[in-house]
Amino acid sequence: MRLSNKSKEILAGPFSKNNPVIVQMLGICSALAVTSKLEPSIVMGISVTVVVAFANVIISLLRNTIPNRIRIIVQLVVVAALVTIVSEVLKAFAFDVNKQLSVFVGLIITNCILMGRLEAFALGNGPWESFLDGLGNGLGYGIILVIIGFFRELFGSGTLLGYQVVPDVFYQWGYVNNGLMILPPMALIVVAVIIWVHRSKNKDLQEN
Amino acid sequence: MEELLSTFVRAVFVDNMIFAYYLGMCSFLAVSKNVKTALGLGIAVTFILVCTLPINYILENYVLKEGALSWLGAGYEGVNLSFLSFLIFIAVIASFTQLVEMVIERFAPALYASLGIFLPLIAVNCAILGGSLFMQQKSFANVGVATVYSLGCGIGWLLAIVGMAAIREKLTYSNIPKPLKGLGITFIITGLMGIGFMCFSGLKI
Repeated sequence: MRLSNKSKEILAGPFSKNNPVIVQMLGICSALAVTSKLEPSIVMGISVTVVVAFANVIISLLRNTIPNRIRIIVQLVVVAALVTIVSEVLKAFAFDVNKQLSVFVGLIITNCILMGRLEAFALGNGPWESFLDGLGNGLGYGIILVIIGFFRELFGSGTLLGYQVVPDVFYQWGYVNNGLMILPPMALIVVAVIIWVHRSKNKDLQEN
Repeated sequence: MEELLSTFVRAVFVDNMIFAYYLGMCSFLAVSKNVKTALGLGIAVTFILVCTLPINYILENYVLKEGALSWLGAGYEGVNLSFLSFLIFIAVIASFTQLVEMVIERFAPALYASLGIFLPLIAVNCAILGGSLFMQQKSFANVGVATVYSLGCGIGWLLAIVGMAAIREKLTYSNIPKPLKGLGITFIITGLMGIGFMCFSGLKI
């Protein structure tokens, strides 16, 4: 299937120029909390993508019938229902990861990406565009999560997806895992470094 | 009494919502540009937390948990509604926020003018839902402990955002590499503050 130019832009924009995490500043809570290992980061990225895409479609279909005053409650209920489904699926098929993610699966509900996209996009656009927008933003979020998870697991525990990648020889020579990387505060600093690199490349995003 | 105090201190310092779990990060970063608005948002968050968490605690223990419905009669002992908890919790929080907004708008217009813009934001503040979800995990002994816990979470969040706002006000005058300005440096400072707060984690109370 061919996508029109506009659709392509909606889908690909959030990967870099319009990235939800490092440009729009949305959904940071979970981006930091679940990324001490690569595997939960990937699972979280996929879960959020699924929820954003479908919530966007549902709200976009309902957009002309929701009264303005209670729209936030309606949005939250739609999102909460989707997250409940995702959470039950995770419990059934990926119980260990679900345990690692603990409360953060539930917290997808209040992930600002969802509210941000629903308010800014789905309320004013048709279902197909909204679906693409949700997909793009979910993936853009997922990419950042995977980058953070990759570096934190590599330097923090010397493994990737649970397999050891730093050879034993290194440890014999005196290489030590950087335990600080696993601790929560380093996630923030890794994100800061990503922002630094990204903004050095995209000068127009710099703040004054 | 001792249990209440230790729950409170743990919630404020050891399990600080922002520095230990990063909850409510989005509004933390967006609204921490000056101390006054930061304080307003902090108070609003604390207020909503203290109001909704006990309600959710009661719902959790008398409606949602496995066997919680046994007060209805013998036939309800095996009912487990915990899969509904996300929906119920967020519905309580969102409707309560809306209610508070309307009440404040009606009876205290001055307060509404200064706080009003933050109130809709609060429904989607992860710290509030996070508080309820942690409450579900920690299974507190009674409503009192849950209320104190919610107060602790709120105060911890308030302290963090006010501290951050104060630092950011000073930052305006410092010389930061261009790509790091704004968002980047804020992340680094939050990280450093988080490392500072980690020394509380050794605290045995």
